Amino acid sequence: MSEKLFKYKLYVKNNNDVSFTPETLEKIQTIISHYPDGQHKSALIPILHIAQEELGGSLNVDIMDYVAGLLNITPIEVYEVATFYSQFYIDPVGKYVIEVCQTGPCAICGGEDIMNYLQEKLNIKVGETTDDKLFSLKAVECLGACGSAPVMQVNTEFHEFLDMQKIDEIIAKLRNESELKKPEELTWKERLS
Amino acid sequence: MERKIILENIEIEGIRSLDVYRENGGYKSIEKALKTMTPDEVVAEVKTSGLRGRGGAGFPTGMKWSFIDKKSGNPRYLVCNADESEPGTFKDRYLLEHIPHRLIEGMICSAYALGANKAYIYVRGEFKYIIGILNAAIKESYKAGFLGRNILGSGYDLDLHVHSGAGAYICGEETALLESLEGKRGNPRLKPPFPAIKGLYGCPTVVNNVETLANIGWIVNNGGEIYSKIGIGRSTGTKLISACGNINNPGVYEIELGLPVEEFIYSDKYCGGVKGGKELKAVIPGGSSVPILPKNLILNTLAGEKRLMSYESLSEGGFITGSMLGSGGFIVYDEDACIVRNTYNFSRFYHHESCGQCSPCREGTSWLESVLHRIENGQGKMKDIDLLVSIASKIEGNTICPLGDAAAWPVAAAVRHFRSEFEFHVLNPEIVKNIKHGSLEKYLKIPAVSGE
Repeated sequence: MSEKLFKYKLYVKNNNDVSFTPETLEKIQTIISHYPDGQHKSALIPILHIAQEELGGSLNVDIMDYVAGLLNITPIEVYEVATFYSQFYIDPVGKYVIEVCQTGPCAICGGEDIMNYLQEKLNIKVGETTDDKLFSLKAVECLGACGSAPVMQVNTEFHEFLDMQKIDEIIAKLRNESELKKPEELTWKERLS
Repeated sequence: MERKIILENIEIEGIRSLDVYRENGGYKSIEKALKTMTPDEVVAEVKTSGLRGRGGAGFPTGMKWSFIDKKSGNPRYLVCNADESEPGTFKDRYLLEHIPHRLIEGMICSAYALGANKAYIYVRGEFKYIIGILNAAIKESYKAGFLGRNILGSGYDLDLHVHSGAGAYICGEETALLESLEGKRGNPRLKPPFPAIKGLYGCPTVVNNVETLANIGWIVNNGGEIYSKIGIGRSTGTKLISACGNINNPGVYEIELGLPVEEFIYSDKYCGGVKGGKELKAVIPGGSSVPILPKNLILNTLAGEKRLMSYESLSEGGFITGSMLGSGGFIVYDEDACIVRNTYNFSRFYHHESCGQCSPCREGTSWLESVLHRIENGQGKMKDIDLLVSIASKIEGNTICPLGDAAAWPVAAAVRHFRSEFEFHVLNPEIVKNIKHGSLEKYLKIPAVSGE
C-alpha cells in the first residue's frame, strides 16, 4: 500500500526550456477554438496528450508549468489533472509503454498469464522500465476491448487476442524497428492482423 | 425476428465514409427533422418511441430531454458519452469504429431537438484511433453541409467537436464527464441541480450515450410509434450487447429486446455456447457493476419463467434473485471460473477508479479489495465473508455518484449466490493458493453452486 500512496513523484523543477513547435502551437490554437470564449481550460486534457506525446513521453513539472502558462491557468490546475488521469505519466517512461489489461473479462481469458509472461520476457516488474529505456510495463484497468481478450496497448496501439507467440512477435518487432508505425498510418487490415 | 437499427448496413464496405453511408439511406433524418419538424416534435417522437438510455441506467431519453431548461436563455449543450469503460462493454467502440456517421446523424437531430448549437463527443483517451475516425467523419459531414452554419438552408447552426479523456472510468458518470470536459479532475457533482439545468459551463446540458443517440436518426425517419412496437413492453427497440468471457463467439450483437437469455447464450447466431463445451456457471448480464447471476437464475427467473434480454425481465426479483440489463456488457463464466478471484479483480478495479471524493467509496472500495485479497490468497477467516456484505451495504446509496453502488453490488451478489465458494477458499487455503484464475490451464475445479 505504502508505495501506492507515494505513486507520484512530482519532480523538482529543472528550469529546462520546454516549448512546442510553431506547428503544434497552431494545432493547440485550433483545439482551444473548439470551446466557448473564456472556457479555454477545457483544452487542458487534449493539450496534455499532445505535450506528453511530443515532449518526451511523460510530463514533468517544467512541461506542466509551460502548459499552464499557455492556457493562462495556475500550475496546480495542471498538476491535479495530470495526476488524476491514468494516461498521464509523471514518472519518466520508456519509448514503448506496454499497458496490459488486468480487469475481469481479460483475466478470465488469460490476461494474468500475459502479464506474467511479459514480466519474465522483459525481466522487469509491473511499473518498471527496462534498462535500455525501451519498454515500460504497466497494469491498467479495462481497455474496452473485452470481446478480443486478452488485450494490451503499446503506446496508442491496441493488440488483441494475445497469446505468448504474438507477444514474442510484437516485442521482436518493436526491438527491431526504431520507429513504431503510427496508428493512423496503419491500414484497417493491418490493425486487425 | 432479426431487427437491425443501429448496425443496419454495417457489413457494407466503406460504410465508414459519408458517401457510402448516404447512398444507403444515411442522413435522411436530418432533412426531415430540420425542414419538416419543429424541435418539440422531434422530442415528442423520441418520447413516443419509449427509447431508454443505453449507457446503463435505462432512463427514458425523451423525458431526459424534456427536462432541459429552455427559459434561462443560456446556450444549451449536447454531449455524447463515448467514455465507454465499464468492464465487459465494448459496443460503442464497435459502433464508432465501423459506422461513425450513425452517431453524427443522431447527434444533429438530437441537438436540433434540444436547441443546442454546440455538441461534444467525449471519447475515452485510450481509443485514440477512434478519435481519428470520428474527426475524419465530422470533417466530411461539415463539408457536405450537415454541420456548421445554416445547415441545409434551415437556419440552424451546429458545431460538433471530439474531446478526448485520459483514462478514468469515473468520467463515464455524466457530471464527472462534464467536469472533465471543463478541464478538471473527474469528480462527480452533487445532484440536483441536474445537468439539464446546470451542466457544462453551468449551462443546460444533455448527456447521452453513443448508442442512445445512434437510435435517433431511425426514430425521426420512421416515427416513434413504429419504434415503440419493436421490443417488449417498456423495453422498446433494439440493444447492442457486447458478449465476452468464456464463449465461442465473443462480439457485439444487436438484439431485439425480449430475446430469451438462453437463446442468446447458446444460439450460434449469438454467443454460440460456452467455450470448449464446458458448463455455464454464471453470467454478469450488464457490465461488471451489475449483480452476477448463477446459471439457474440467469436462464430462468425464480418464478420459473424464461429470463429475457430486457430491462424488466433481467431485474425481475430485484437484487435478491435478479440483476440488470445495464450497459449490455454480457460476461459469461464457465465452470472453471473462480468467482472469488473474479470478485477480487472487480473490487481492485473499483478501488483504482474511485475518485476519492466520498469517504464510503474511497475507504470502502479499498477495504473490500484487501478483504477479498486475503480470502483469495488463503488468509481469510469465516467472519470476513460477512464483513464483505457489511462493507458493501454501507457503501451502497451513501455516495454522490453510482460508482459506490457499482462497487458494492457485485460483491454482495457474489457472496449471495456463491457463498460456499468463499467458504471453500477460507477452509482450503493451501489449495486456493495454487488456483490460477482464467489461466490457459486450470488447476482446480470448484463445484459450481446454484443460487438460492
